[in-house]
Amino acid sequence: MWTFFHKLGSPPWLYAIAGTILRWLVPITLIALVAGMIWGLLFTPPDFRQGDSYRIIYIHVPAAVVALAGYYVMAIAGAISLIWRMKMADVVMRAAAPVGAALTFIALLTGAIWGKPTWGTWWVWDARITSMLILLFLYLGVVALYESFDNKEAAGKACAVLSLVGMVNIPIVYKSVDWWYSLHQPASIKFTGESTIDPSMLYPLLLMIAAFYALFTCCLLMNIRAELLQRESRTQWVKKIASEKGAD
Amino acid sequence: MHPVRRQRLLLVLFVVLFSSLAIGLVSYALRGNINLFYPPVDVVSGKAPTGHSIRVGGMVEQGSVRRSEDSLEVSFMLTDYKASVPVVYVGILPDLFGEEQGAVASGMLDSEGVLQATEILAKHDENYMPPEVAYALENAGFDEKGKIK
Repeated sequence: MWTFFHKLGSPPWLYAIAGTILRWLVPITLIALVAGMIWGLLFTPPDFRQGDSYRIIYIHVPAAVVALAGYYVMAIAGAISLIWRMKMADVVMRAAAPVGAALTFIALLTGAIWGKPTWGTWWVWDARITSMLILLFLYLGVVALYESFDNKEAAGKACAVLSLVGMVNIPIVYKSVDWWYSLHQPASIKFTGESTIDPSMLYPLLLMIAAFYALFTCCLLMNIRAELLQRESRTQWVKKIASEKGAD
Repeated sequence: MHPVRRQRLLLVLFVVLFSSLAIGLVSYALRGNINLFYPPVDVVSGKAPTGHSIRVGGMVEQGSVRRSEDSLEVSFMLTDYKASVPVVYVGILPDLFGEEQGAVASGMLDSEGVLQATEILAKHDENYMPPEVAYALENAGFDEKGKIK
């Protein structure tokens, strides 16, 4: 059991394991995304008040949920890298940042597109939307900070501290609609108590959330593999892979 | 655990704890500014400033919407069921604006306590359901939150 985890610290192993997982996960993700999208867009009833425009929920909510969860992946990888000095944790942290940034951007963009017809404005500086914008800047900040160092070890340390400090923002994003008066509505899916979204709309939404988690994992693993190849470009195992691919 | 690692673990917990504390205190101090709007009860009791533009948010009172016959002027009452603020607005309202719906109006309070709005935003709530379900609920005498009317 433990040897499996210890092996994850070795770049060729991590590269190979990520490749094996991806071979299964990519098709599953694509099927779930397409199925969820068709179900949500074509086979769910319209909303009694918003009509069809509510269907953007099937992109907006999964992107936002996974953008928040992805931050924890990045911050926990940062903590592991600080405490145990594991280089592979640095790689995971660096790989998670651009994926999280993309998801946050999708959530903000779809929110603006939905907000214009529903609220009457593209943008409003309310607590939820502003804290989500801060989340985007935190993700982009980690990418920029990492790239600004030549020494990757120093870069890893600085980014780990930044992502740990930024972790404060996640509960703020999540609870902002309950703590302050905001234009954004409170969550419809509730962990405790009954959800305020009809089951016929909820199930495709849950499928899409699962699909976005899988999508995040795929992108994370692909980024990890790319980062490993770049970091280890001078080592024997990368040269071996390169020559095998070149021979094809 | 190795003592060096334990020390680094404590350092990480320290960073997370103290940054949370700092941000928590800042947002507690600024809580009035983080709120997007004032509830009508604060406006009526005089807690909202009168000299500059503010936002007031609440429900549009049932039967209070009056439209002018020859212009885009519309007036209505915003309520939080404790107090009500009259609002006057000239312009096009968002699609989801309606009686018994949430709305946020921004503008200045005049001397009579009427909000001269320059912008109206509709506030959507967290209830999503198909039209048939809403219709069935309505017939059974419930509102969309499942409460008896």
